[in-house]
Amino acid sequence: MIIYADNAATTKMSRAAIEAMLPCMEEQYGNPSSLYSLGQQAKEILEKAREEIAAVIGASPKEIIFTSGGSEADNQAIRSAAEIGRRNGKMHIISTAFEHHAVLHTLEKLEREGFSVTLLDVHEDGLVRVEEVEDAIREDTCLVTVMTANNEIGTIQPIREIGAACRRRGVLFHTDAVQAVGHISLDVTNDNIDMLSASAHKFHGPKGVGFLYARKGIRLSNLIEGGAQERGKRAGTENVAGVAGMAAALKEAAAHREENAAHLTAVRDRLIEGLGQIPHCALNGDAKRRLPGNVSFCFEGIEGESLLLLLDDKGIQASSGSACTSGSLDPSHVLLAIGRVHDVAHGSLRLTIGEDITEEETDYIIRSVTEVVAYLRSFSPVWRDLCAGKTKFIL
Amino acid sequence: MALYSEKVMDHFRNPRNVGVIEDANGIGEVGNAKCGDIMKMYLKIEDDIVKDVKFETFGCGSAIASSSMATELIKGKPVSEAMKLTNKAVAEALDGLPAYKMHCSVLAEEAIRSALEDYQSRTGERILCDPPAHIGAEEEE
Ligand SMILES: Cc1ncc(COP(=O)(O)O)c(C=O)c1O
Repeated sequence: MIIYADNAATTKMSRAAIEAMLPCMEEQYGNPSSLYSLGQQAKEILEKAREEIAAVIGASPKEIIFTSGGSEADNQAIRSAAEIGRRNGKMHIISTAFEHHAVLHTLEKLEREGFSVTLLDVHEDGLVRVEEVEDAIREDTCLVTVMTANNEIGTIQPIREIGAACRRRGVLFHTDAVQAVGHISLDVTNDNIDMLSASAHKFHGPKGVGFLYARKGIRLSNLIEGGAQERGKRAGTENVAGVAGMAAALKEAAAHREENAAHLTAVRDRLIEGLGQIPHCALNGDAKRRLPGNVSFCFEGIEGESLLLLLDDKGIQASSGSACTSGSLDPSHVLLAIGRVHDVAHGSLRLTIGEDITEEETDYIIRSVTEVVAYLRSFSPVWRDLCAGKTKFIL
Repeated sequence: MALYSEKVMDHFRNPRNVGVIEDANGIGEVGNAKCGDIMKMYLKIEDDIVKDVKFETFGCGSAIASSSMATELIKGKPVSEAMKLTNKAVAEALDGLPAYKMHCSVLAEEAIRSALEDYQSRTGERILCDPPAHIGAEEEE
């Protein structure tokens, strides 16, 4: 049995996406900038995809720029807002401590360029408080960027309320919606979003393609200079097949969103309930305000990489925020941001399930994780000391 | 390409000498939970020979495999020889470790040494050789 439970890392491409891509490679392979028919056919595919994608998030097609993925969209959104701010003498940006590195590292770079950055606390439940966003807004704030849903612990932020607060104060609001698009309902108008980043491979589309929504009137700065593609805002011959695959995948995800979410939520809650029976563990992030497919736990007394390897042996593909899996000495910044101390953050497990998961697989996951955790604890000196009362249980 | 060699995976999946020796006469524990690795070694030394050795480890796959291999390398050996165990010997016996995991083999070496020193301090014997240099762990800082 192979159970892929790492859909937050990437997803399997949908049949619809693959089928939308093939003709772009075999038949309509022209360059969209060429004026002959083969080029214009490619251009048409591109523009149809733009319309379809815009429709799903309630935007207009001109507000969508295709990028190489979520990271590029995040970089461009933040850079653009920073440039606008710089021109107006506003050099303060607000974000959160548990953003994706595509956001955090961009902000760090801007800090070195003279911007000041406030990273908001995300509390133990992994949720940003709207009041704290409002309190952090200053005269010189040019941007608030808060992710729609966190990639590790899945918590869904009150972005509509944050967006409304930003509107009231005349500050641009960007959201990294890479984990949310195609999975939860989003509408850039209702949700008061000025800029939004998305990535195709998180909703069963291809890797290496994504988009940036930027509300009409927001001047984007180029990250990549060159030709006049994407209204001059992103140079380079377009990834036509990728864009076509992304649009097909998103259309399908949107069409089945409610039923998918209902199924995933039921399985998620069963996993949370089942894994919650393991002694001395804790769910990471709020139990309800989280993505339908995200289950994230910390287990005391064990280390995440060995847990993942043994689960892999049982056919379960999952991930962890332990230091050993990140190749650095520190565990995930997300787990640290919600207040997990190093000792327990090392013992984390993230299961991000896919729509095709069955009841049998769900029970198998619960059984396997329970077994492996107990096995690893059986020869863990940390666990021994905890049980002997030499050290205190944290969870 | 696999993350680890077959040997590492074998020792990770089927660790040798796991557990506790109740009447151990040398115990060593190194590492800390904050960094994500702790190894504890139990030795039963008789007539200057490592008659039995067991370990407990909290850590990643290579930490568990390194502990297991280290115990295999010193089991049945004279104390003086066990004292010479190097992280390099552990890593080589495992057919290599990824560079950023070399510290696991260092930890295994240190755990063994710490247990041997505990034995020697209990019995009043002197440590006869200098600890060998760590190989391949320079990148760690
Ligand atoms: C929240 C979030 N933002 C950004 C990214 C980066 O997306 P991409 O891999 O398409 O560059 C990811 C994916 O890992 C993500 O989860």
